[in-house]
Parts: sequence; C-alpha cells; structure tokens
Amino acid sequence: MAMKPQRKKRLTTILAGIVGVGAIVGLVLYASDQQMNLFITPTEINAGSAPKDRIFRIGGLVKVGSVVRSQTSLQTDFIITDNFADVNVTYDKIMPDLFREGQGVVAMGKMNEQGIFVASSILAKHDEEYKAPEVLDALERAGHPVEKSDKG
Amino acid sequence: MWTWFFQLASPRWFYQTANRLLAWLRPLTLVLFLVGLYLGLLFSPADYQQGNTVRIMYVHVPAAYLSMFAYVVMAVSGAIGIIWRMKMAHMVSVSCAPVGAIFTLLALLTGGIWGKPTWGTYWEWDARMTSELILLFLYLGYMALHSAFDDKKTADRAAAILAIVGIVNIPIIHFSVEWWNTLHQGATLSKFEKPSIDADMLKALLTMILAFQLYFFVALLQRIKAEILEREKLSGWVQKLVSD
Repeated sequence: MAMKPQRKKRLTTILAGIVGVGAIVGLVLYASDQQMNLFITPTEINAGSAPKDRIFRIGGLVKVGSVVRSQTSLQTDFIITDNFADVNVTYDKIMPDLFREGQGVVAMGKMNEQGIFVASSILAKHDEEYKAPEVLDALERAGHPVEKSDKG
Repeated sequence: MWTWFFQLASPRWFYQTANRLLAWLRPLTLVLFLVGLYLGLLFSPADYQQGNTVRIMYVHVPAAYLSMFAYVVMAVSGAIGIIWRMKMAHMVSVSCAPVGAIFTLLALLTGGIWGKPTWGTYWEWDARMTSELILLFLYLGYMALHSAFDDKKTADRAAAILAIVGIVNIPIIHFSVEWWNTLHQGATLSKFEKPSIDADMLKALLTMILAFQLYFFVALLQRIKAEILEREKLSGWVQKLVSD
C-alpha cells in the first residue's frame, strides 16, 4: 500500500521531529548526568568528587556489623558502603522503619573535618524484590537467613 | 485490507462499535477489579520487609503503567490525526488526556503514600519522580493548549504536536531508574530476567494491571462517545439518536 506523497511527507516530518527532540533532550541529559543523580556513591567520594562545605546526598548499603546505637541519645553511627569504599556516617534523629544492616539508604548531609558524614536526613531505599515472610522462613531453614523486619 | 482503517475513521461507525464493546467491557472490568482487590488485599501475603504497606503496589504500579500507556495512545493517535487528517483520531487523542492525567496523579499520590512509610519521605526530586511529574504537566499542558483555540482543527493539530514532542519523556520515565541513581527502586516486572516477586503477589498485581487496563478502555471509549456527540451534533444520525 503506497502512501500519498503529502501524507508520507507529514509522517517523515513527525519522525524527524521526534528524532530531533529526542537528540536534544538526550544531549542535555547526558551533559547534566551528574546533576541527574540523586546521590553519589562512597567510591565517588573517595575519588574526591564530594563537594566541600555543601550539603549533598550519599547512597549505598548499611555495612553489616557497623551500626552503633548510642545508649543515651538517638545518635546512630554506621558505615555506608558500595562494597568498594566505605564512608562513616553519624545521625541523631529517628531512623526510617526500613533502616537495618544490609539495607540500601540515602543520607543527606555534610562532611565534617574528620571525614565523617554528618547526616541531617536518612531515607531507606528498598529493592525490587517482593517476598512473602514464609519464603524467608524457608530460606532460613535452608541456611540462607535474610534480616527480618519487625513489621513482618 | 485498509477497510477497517477507514471504517474506524467514521464517527458513526466508531460510536456504534464503542457501544457494543462497552456492553461487555464494563462488567468484565468490574469482575476483574473485584477479583484483583480480593487477591491484593486478602489473598496475597504481606512483604518480608514492608509488611502490609506493600499492598499499595496493586494500585500504584497499574496507575503508573497506564499513565504512560495513555500517553502513547494520545501521541500516536495525534500523529495519525495529523498524517491522515483524520478527525476521529484527534477525538481519540483528546479523550486520552484527562484519563491519562488522572492515572498520573494517582501514581504520584499513591507513590507518596507508599514512600512515607518505606523510604521516610513523601517526595524526593529523583529522576523517576521528577519525570513522572513532568508527564502530569504534559497532560495538563496538552489540555490547556487544546482549549486555548476556538477552532477545533487548529486546537487538534497544535495539541497533537505537543503530545508527539512529549513522547520522548516516556522512555526517560521508564529507564530513569537504570540511567541514574534514584531513590525509586528498579523494575520488578519489565525486565528480561524472571520477575523478582512472590508468585501470589504477582497474580494479584497482574490481575489489577488487567483491570486498570480495561478500565482505561472503558473510560476512554465513554469520553470518545461524548466527544463524537459534541462534534457531530449537527449531523443527521446524532440528531436522530438524541430525539429517539
């Protein structure tokens, strides 16, 4: 089925328009790649890309065995890791429910002189896995325990 | 081979076909919603980490998927309207906008309600959330632009161009969680590996997605019918329909 010439022309114009706008948007997004990221990783901080005296966000996993809770205040010290590099973090407010060792978190705050990240807010990430509690019990019986929520 | 295409272009034929489709789409949608809600709220298990909060997924995921699906329908029918100068295609495009906007709003709201107990925040300017918000503005811009013209033909064409240009946002929404660091987690269903979700949760989710999909067609067809009656009000068959 042959298309009429003017229809073909309109179709080509539309397709060219989409490609053109797509290229513009793609280049803009590519150029502002760093700003598009919500957070930077411990590896990037170690490489020196952490802004000085400015609030920024870091993201990674709470290192297993690193969480130290204060007995007298809400202060919690822990390490955020991306399995290549670590960053020490301190936080003195209420943690989100999903905060636990091994959990993904995004912390917002500033680096102090000692190289400790003083967080002003902590957000918990959750991954794309959805499991029933029974599956976890089965995993535990099989010898692969996964840390459990108190909400269950 | 192209007969159906030209038949589709006739408002009268479209109106009558829409009526026939709606007759069984409406009850089917209702049944699917009832089954989906039962599966989602009662039958499916709570999540190992999030507990019952995970059930927000059964509304959030279908709403977010349809917010993008409706946009693609709106842009593609707008393009067909421009290329073939087909007024029926423009009517489909115009009817998509409010339905898609509601799904977008629903996705953003349920996302916030879900985000507070799990992440600890209603809103964060991460790439996924921001691009979905831009989608809402595209829908609102489309509707505003369309209503800004007195002449329907000009309005149809101007709005269709906006819809076509805005389609670049759809892959950005979808891939945002892969291209950048986001608070929002990655895809669970639409990836090449096996979906990383409990089988009973998957059943509930797929049923709800299907229910939302059919609801979208019901809402769209009803809006198109209203649009046809409005635009064809001077034609003989509409006059007859109304006077009967």
